[in-house]
Amino acid sequence: MEKKAKAIISDPMVDNNPITKQILGICSALAVTVKMEQAVVMSLALTFVLVCSNVIISLLRKGIPRKIRIIVQLTVIASLVILIDQILKAYLYDISKQLSVFVGLIITNCIIMGRAEAFAMQNNYKDAMYDGLGNAMGYGSILIIVSTFRELLGSGTLFNYSIIPASIYLENGGWYVNNGLMLLAPGAFIILGLIIWVQRTYTHYIED
Amino acid sequence: MKFLRNLLDKVEPNFTGNGKYSKFYPLYEMADTFLFTPADKTRNGPHIRDAIDLKRVMSFVVIAMLPALLFGIFNVGRQVSESGTIIDIFLSGLPIVVPIILTSYIVGGFWEMIFAVLRKHEINEGFLVTGMLIPLVMPPTIPLWMVALATTFGVVIGKEIFGGTGYNIFNPALVARAFIFFAYPGAISGDRVWTVDGLSQATPLLQASSEQGSKALELLGSQFNWWDMFYGFIPGSIGETSTLAILIGAVFLLITRIGNWRIMAGTLLGMLLTAKLTNVFGETVGSSNPMLFLPAEYHLVMGGFAFGLVFMATDPVSAAQTDRGRWMYGLLIGFMCVIIRAINPAYPEGMMLAILFANAFSPLIDYFVMKSHIKQRLKRFAA
Repeated sequence: MEKKAKAIISDPMVDNNPITKQILGICSALAVTVKMEQAVVMSLALTFVLVCSNVIISLLRKGIPRKIRIIVQLTVIASLVILIDQILKAYLYDISKQLSVFVGLIITNCIIMGRAEAFAMQNNYKDAMYDGLGNAMGYGSILIIVSTFRELLGSGTLFNYSIIPASIYLENGGWYVNNGLMLLAPGAFIILGLIIWVQRTYTHYIED
Repeated sequence: MKFLRNLLDKVEPNFTGNGKYSKFYPLYEMADTFLFTPADKTRNGPHIRDAIDLKRVMSFVVIAMLPALLFGIFNVGRQVSESGTIIDIFLSGLPIVVPIILTSYIVGGFWEMIFAVLRKHEINEGFLVTGMLIPLVMPPTIPLWMVALATTFGVVIGKEIFGGTGYNIFNPALVARAFIFFAYPGAISGDRVWTVDGLSQATPLLQASSEQGSKALELLGSQFNWWDMFYGFIPGSIGETSTLAILIGAVFLLITRIGNWRIMAGTLLGMLLTAKLTNVFGETVGSSNPMLFLPAEYHLVMGGFAFGLVFMATDPVSAAQTDRGRWMYGLLIGFMCVIIRAINPAYPEGMMLAILFANAFSPLIDYFVMKSHIKQRLKRFAA
């Protein structure tokens, strides 16, 4: 892969991460990170929508009238979201129920609109695909990090397998109790904040 | 004294300049200023001639908390052994309360030190108070690892990420309690709150809100009468039970003018008015919510109201800073406390959330007070 493509993919992973740097897509990052399973499925769904929408919009970009571009973008995104929603309902029904409205709400995810408007409208379909992939991975990596902490601390499991030994739990005569805060949205908010803190300490980035 | 001074002077070069331990200067500075009054003088004007400093303010608050703490230990001891002299009862409470206090101070001090060394500033005394407040708002049955975790959360998330002592938006001790409240609700509320040696009893607030359709006072019945709750012979968090002991602390804080009387008065007034309002409202609509019928004087002695009023709401950092703002801030706390207690069935205790809520609003309150000052002045000098 050429250098430019690599840069387009790797940039949104850390330096321009849509969640920790641009603070976009927070809503779903708080809502679907209780379990890793949900976070992974959500990341995959978003990857599909973002890559496809970026490519399609990039291919159409010359033909989209300037004045109604948002509507055209939304039509593309909405079709893709409906598609993925139906696929999830057909093949992963349980998880689709847990994710509930948040699959549908991918339509309003600022990352997708943002990438369509800021990148796909100006670049060729190849770069747009890389950009979609990079942003989706940046989003997904944060989702998975947050959900790892939340599931491990909040439920004592990872991918629904028990990690914390059952014998140390209070109800089995031990002392440990799962952290209920991690099951609530504020728990995700705090973990997200800590990730941003660590990242900014590391990269010396200061908001002005 | 002379010996201590000599010792400190002898080790000082190690900590300053290129000394061996210059990284740990905050530790030296802490020991030095804790034992001796620093000789530093302000070099540039304006010169305020006052002996007050952060260390003294914080020590005074800790002194004001002593009655509540001592009574708390006694009250915990009373649950373990009913018989014996007062001293015996007190001594049997010690082994339960002291480990909680030690945990809070050691863990909090640890984080305080880490951040002081990393950020190269002196260790602040703010934690003297926070470290004592945290155990006082914990139930005596709380496991020590939860205290350690809550202290960590309170100090790091509640204070250090905002920049340390003096920069925090929320009261760190309340952040710590809120953490336990949401993370381990089983340990702090419900019927498990008071189970020293198998003895289990609901707190008065829980009792008063336990049954729909009756009134709070009937539910309290003869089990909790007002004077018992005033003196503090009730289950609850370690420091919050005795309104009398807290009032002694309040008088001390008011005389030394460490605690602000406007905040205390505002909170009290807000509570009285709102409690009256809920009483009237309950009567008028014939509500089945028992807490609507709780008279104001009971709100005062039950749960953490008095403790929050005296020690938490008056925290000079997170409270409003303007005089008019302090009144509003207090009123907001009193109002929210009663509203949460009476109307939200999930939370029998409202003081913690009320204060945190008002903390969030205090900068906004100050902003509007300042704006209105400016407006008034403009009007006065316009003509």
